[in-house]
Amino acid sequence: MRFLRQTLTVAAKDLRSELRTKEALNASLSFALVILLLFSFAFDPTADTTREISGGLLWLVFAFAGALILNRSFARELENDCLDALIASPVPGPALFLGKALANYVLLLGIEVVCLPVFGVFYNVHVAGQPLWLALVLLLASWGVSVVGTLFSALTVNLRLRELMLPMLVYPMLIPCLMAAMQLTTPLLAGQPLQGDLLAWMRMLIGFDIIFTSLALVLIDTVLIG
Amino acid sequence: MSALAVEGVWKFYGDYPALRDISFEVEPGQCVALLGRNGAGKTTLLRVLAGLSRASKGGVKVFDRDTLDRDARSSIGIIGHGIAIYDELSALENLRLFAALYSLDDPAKTALHWLERTGLERVKDGLVREFSRGMRQRLAVARAFLHNPRLLLLDEPFTALDDRAIALLQGLLRDALKAGGTVLMSTHQLREALELATNVVLISRGKLAHQGPRTQEMLDDPGYLYRTYGEA
Repeated sequence: MRFLRQTLTVAAKDLRSELRTKEALNASLSFALVILLLFSFAFDPTADTTREISGGLLWLVFAFAGALILNRSFARELENDCLDALIASPVPGPALFLGKALANYVLLLGIEVVCLPVFGVFYNVHVAGQPLWLALVLLLASWGVSVVGTLFSALTVNLRLRELMLPMLVYPMLIPCLMAAMQLTTPLLAGQPLQGDLLAWMRMLIGFDIIFTSLALVLIDTVLIG
Repeated sequence: MSALAVEGVWKFYGDYPALRDISFEVEPGQCVALLGRNGAGKTTLLRVLAGLSRASKGGVKVFDRDTLDRDARSSIGIIGHGIAIYDELSALENLRLFAALYSLDDPAKTALHWLERTGLERVKDGLVREFSRGMRQRLAVARAFLHNPRLLLLDEPFTALDDRAIALLQGLLRDALKAGGTVLMSTHQLREALELATNVVLISRGKLAHQGPRTQEMLDDPGYLYRTYGEA
């Protein structure tokens, strides 16, 4: 119970801070919308090939926009040495990590909810064809991105080139998660239900989330304290 | 039971030993001045004691518990180089946050009590980024004391403080010591530190150069300690 309370306290603090400053949110949302717009110029929205890669385009946008949110996650703790106060408090590392991951998750989902209808308009796809399955894929893949990104945000927080290092480290780790999300999102955007081989991608996404959440919870104390 | 037991602590940065086999104990109720020249290893040692950094060798116990044990941290209060306060939150939100993180019974009540004690109750809802430097420092002091820590680890606590914050911190430290609390503070302000200290730990180039009670000689001539035990 205490663990859960501390996790939610950290998450609420991060969300309150971000909603006050809107630093990451504004940067991430405007970046996502600009990329969506640019991709719509690069690919013909009426072409079948564009629809075939729609899931890939969408998740590239989410992954790039997500990096801007994840970069700020631990970096905001550097101002005034707040990270030291958090680490020195009796909050367990896993609670601190989960709180931050949860805040990133909510922010990332917020960006996705805004971008999805815009994507539907620009690329001429019906995003609400399979709403429940699509929501499930967004929830699972976004959690994967948040967990891996938050862990690497902690790992790179003291690096001078952290804005560069974070995406360089995170994207290779996210390949299985993003591949599964792309493979699942494309047929869902075409209104097809998930069945057959696609369920294997879903299992992979769930497995990715479980494995990386467990790994992050085990490793976070070492990452934070050394 | 010692308030703080440091046993053979080494800390390496790469191959460089920033701390070399440091051992000492601090009894409850003592006020220890941690002294040493710039680069001697005071901040590194304080970070290891506070559990912010892991010792390469050796260990630290706070009231018989490993300092990396999260429960042991409930009994530690820290003032470091930064104020460790969130600029984008209000004074009340900051203290309520830390009170909640320390699982205090009534975070809001505790936060208000410390805002009153530090003279910040009138600006409790103001964002910290709009505060003057002195107000921010007083809030940082409140943050360090709000969970009633039994051990205070202070790294150059008086360096960046204004007069009002120094008076506040000195008063709180005296109250904490009277109540049986333990204080370990690193500082370059020898006279102020030695007036408050019951004991002295001197570090030179990462090694323990001297430890023992603070004597009248040290108080009369603060330079005596460095001349006798440290580097000239």
